[in-house]
Parts: sequence; structure tokens; C-alpha cells
Amino acid sequence: MPGSLTLAAAILALAAGTFALRFAGPLLRSRITLPARAEKLMETSAIVLLAAVAATTALTEGHGPAGIARPAGVLVAGVLAWRKAPFLVVVLAAAVTAAGLRLLGVT
Amino acid sequence: MHSIWRTLDRVLLRDIALVCLAVGVTSLSYGAIAVASGFPLWVPAALSVLVLAGASEFLFVGLIAAGGSPIAAVLAGLVVNARHLPFGLALPDVLGRGRRRLLGSHLMNDESVVFALAQDGIARQRAAYWACGLGVLLCWPLGAVAGGLVGTVIDDTDLFGLDAMFPAILLALVLPALRDRDKRLAVPAGAAIALATTPFLPAGVPVLLALAGVALAAVPHRTNDPDTTNDPEKERPCPAP
Repeated sequence: MPGSLTLAAAILALAAGTFALRFAGPLLRSRITLPARAEKLMETSAIVLLAAVAATTALTEGHGPAGIARPAGVLVAGVLAWRKAPFLVVVLAAAVTAAGLRLLGVT
Repeated sequence: MHSIWRTLDRVLLRDIALVCLAVGVTSLSYGAIAVASGFPLWVPAALSVLVLAGASEFLFVGLIAAGGSPIAAVLAGLVVNARHLPFGLALPDVLGRGRRRLLGSHLMNDESVVFALAQDGIARQRAAYWACGLGVLLCWPLGAVAGGLVGTVIDDTDLFGLDAMFPAILLALVLPALRDRDKRLAVPAGAAIALATTPFLPAGVPVLLALAGVALAAVPHRTNDPDTTNDPEKERPCPAP
């Protein structure tokens, strides 16, 4: 384990870098006016990123597959969301399905 | 889901509260894991307040606990957080100006962004972004400190299916956007790229590569009615596919 000073410096570096990544977008957007087409592409990019986060966290763990319980829970949630079930139902169904399968020994 | 939220703000608040609760419980185990791996309590506490980005914090703590160098841990965390840059470019004007923009930027995460983008109208987008962002700012550090103090009360959040909740949250809020033709092409392509590259690349990189899927949306396309393709507002009344 590194010393306290090294740890503190690393935490500050991660915090500063992360803040810069967060702040750059809004700063740029306030300085320049994007054409409508570009604005829409930006929004598409964000949705694509969020969907990629959802897909990778649902189906993978580290560099391998995530097993059965978690993808099954997310699949149930996806079907419910597609059927326009309330958000609360969708999200809790994911948890209940995954937890239920694990109780049954399916991981 | 759009129409429900338009009329019921209490429902939106309840949904955001559920997400924040899930964040808090996950954070309990994060704090406990960090302390159990040998870190003093101030490490997860400082990370949770100053970085406020769960996946990168887990990675940072995990890499250093495994004997990795702090520099490598910082770089790995920054790669995971790189998606905040395109998030910031995509966000409508929900942050405000001056000091509010500083705080608002810090509140940017998957959940606050997805809740904002799922709303109609700038007022609701702003409300959703700030409610979710502030909720996470409260729950994530509180959970981390509580988890670090109490220890492994919740040994394994997977047991409660929490690990399935976060992708479900994103999925539920992203699905309505797929009514839009561009996104219907780009989203599956991007997700497929991310999944296919996950076995080979460091955490965070596959998600960034998903942006290549956007190229599909950028290609000009023919349509029967050009007026409806470039204006998302006009597509809103259509039922979901």
C-alpha cells in the first residue's frame, strides 16, 4: 500500500482529471453554437455511450461473461420497459429476478 | 414513459429516489471493500466526494490494493471517466452559469445524464439532472463512509440483484430514445462493438469505441419524408416500435 501522501496525490489527480473531463463539454457548448444536426449527433453519441455502459455492465464482468442471473434480470427489465411498465417495476424486476435466480443456485 | 413523467412529477422524484437508494447501498459495499482491502477510511471518503464516479473509484481502489502503481490507477480511472466529455457535449443547457456550472459539472454521471436526456423540455431536463445529481452526491459518499465504518454488513450486493439494477436503469431510460431512426441504428452497433472488444481492452475503452456506431447515424440517409428525420420533436408523438 502506498503512503498517505502518495494516495492523496493520486486521489487529487483522479479528481482533477475527472472534473476536467466533466467540465470541458459544458464549457465548449456555452462558447460555440452547434448546428442542429451536430447537436443531434451529440445526443445520439450520449445515448450510444449509455447503452454501451448498460450492455457491458449487464453482460460482462471484468473481461469475461457475467454469468446468467444478471443478464436474465436485465432481460426481464428490458421486456418490461419495452412493454412500457413503470420505471420502478422495471428496475425492481431486474433485482428480484437476479436475486431470485441466485437463491435458486443459478449464478 | 414520457407521457407519464410529463404529468406526474412525484413519479419522477420517486424514480430518482430509487436510483439514489441503489447507489447508496452499492456505496455501502464499496466503502466496506475499500477498508477491508487495507485502505484507511479517508480514502473511499475522499474519492466518493471528490471523484464521485463509482466505476472509476472501484477500479482505482482495486488496482492499488492488488499492488498496482497509483499512477496506473489514476490513468485507468481517467479512461473509465472519459465518457463524461461526450456527455457534457450532449447535455442541453441544464447546468447554468458560473459557480452553478462548476457544481453541475461535478454532478455529471451516467444516471443524472440519462435522467436528463429522457425528459421532454428544458425545465424538466434541468430538474431531473439536478435532483439525480444531488441525490447521488448525498448517497454515494454517505454510503461509502457508513460502509467503511461498519464493515462488511452487506458482503455481496450481487445477492440482492443490485448489479442487475444499474444496467436496467440505463436500459429503461434509453429505450424510448430508440424511436428515433438514427439511434435505432447507432445504439445496437455501438453496444455490439463494446461487447465484442470487452475481452481484449482495458475497462472503459470498449464503451468509448461504441462511439464508432454513431457513424451509422451520421451517414445521410434517404427517406420518404425528409421533414421528420431531422427533427426529434416531430417524432415524439409516434408510438414506440
